[in-house]
Amino acid sequence: MRLSGRVLPYVSVIAVVLLAVGLIWGFFFTPDDFRQGASVKIIYVHVPLAFLAINIYFMMFVTSLIWLIRRHHVSALAAKAAAPIGAVFTLAALISGALWGSTTWGTYWQWDPTLTSFLIMFIFYIGYSALWGAVDEPDKAADLTSILCLIGSVFAVLSRYAVNFWSQGIHQGASLSLDKEENVSDVFWLPLVTVMAGVFFLFLTLLLIRTRTEIRNRRITALQAREIS
Amino acid sequence: MKALLIRELRLALRSGGGAGLGLAFFLIVVILVPFGVGPDPKILAQIAPGTLWIGALLACLLSLDRLFQTDSEDGTLDILALSPLPLEMLVAVKAFAHWLTTGLPLVIAAPVLAITLSLPTETYIWLIASLALGTPALSFIGAAGAAITVGVRRGGLLLSLLVLPLYIPTLIFGAKAAALASGGGDPMPALMLVAGLSLFTVALTPFAAAAALRSHLG
Repeated sequence: MRLSGRVLPYVSVIAVVLLAVGLIWGFFFTPDDFRQGASVKIIYVHVPLAFLAINIYFMMFVTSLIWLIRRHHVSALAAKAAAPIGAVFTLAALISGALWGSTTWGTYWQWDPTLTSFLIMFIFYIGYSALWGAVDEPDKAADLTSILCLIGSVFAVLSRYAVNFWSQGIHQGASLSLDKEENVSDVFWLPLVTVMAGVFFLFLTLLLIRTRTEIRNRRITALQAREIS
Repeated sequence: MKALLIRELRLALRSGGGAGLGLAFFLIVVILVPFGVGPDPKILAQIAPGTLWIGALLACLLSLDRLFQTDSEDGTLDILALSPLPLEMLVAVKAFAHWLTTGLPLVIAAPVLAITLSLPTETYIWLIASLALGTPALSFIGAAGAAITVGVRRGGLLLSLLVLPLYIPTLIFGAKAAALASGGGDPMPALMLVAGLSLFTVALTPFAAAAALRSHLG
């Protein structure tokens, strides 16, 4: 708690600086794509959000596992705090993707494997958060949501391959990876990485704030319970 | 174990049980579709496998919240948990009973309804096979969802929301197997994936469901 309190200002400042630099760089100081025109700039919003949306899910999987094995309360609370952020990021990635798709593919929505997986993931985030809200006892809620998250993770992988079986995609494959010399042309790549780092720190800021709120909430409830008894 | 299975079946088949409800709902969905999309046999034959699968899935979903809810309300679940039968086994038996009373009637009713949707006759066997192999997965995934939401406020609504994403792979493979058969393709790969999915869920979801029940029972 003390450590997170001390780190929080730095993390949030880093997030703001990186986002500001990356977005301004990306939006105003990169050339337009020769085929896509100015619409290519949606990449600076779409890719980082989609990247984080998946990784928040993975983070929830890990924290749920830690809760079930070690019963570490902060772990469960961090998963709870991350879920709404993940839902918003997923929705934002879907919407920015739809806007991008409307100019480049000529359609807002297509039942493409990647898009469908994200929609499924969005429904899962909503269900997960709803379950937290529906159970009163905190430990039971943590248990149930963790179990749900583990089941969901298995089925997330299954759905990922199932939707490939079901429909041919128009979404491109992964164009970013670490083991290639140059992924996207450097003029686009450098600001993109800056924004991705910025969005990551933004997530970290939000996560820290939300988790701290949850911990304080838990403490107040405990104090109230002691006062009554 | 046998006694439990017989008890479950008896409860479901008596009036007020869930068995008739699912079947009736299945009938309603499938009969309403031609009114919605028009009576053209060609279009109906094309969407028949998907319609039957969606109907089966929804019918299954409808009867799921009874799986543990009524037993939890009248205290039976606590007594069952104290019995020497492991909770995992209890979940498996209950899910199996759910399949026998909901999934199996749907599989039997499906060919009859397929006639009304003018599905080509030679694909019936594939439709039945895909439903017979796929509906156990629906029951067992649903059992895990029902175990998580038992005793939760607005559990029924929450259950549908939680189970929906988990049902998607089964629906995709199941409907695809039937659609491939009626479209002249080779349905075997999809059918085997459905069967694999069912075996996978039968083997693993009882553990998840039992863990959730344990947390509920405290």
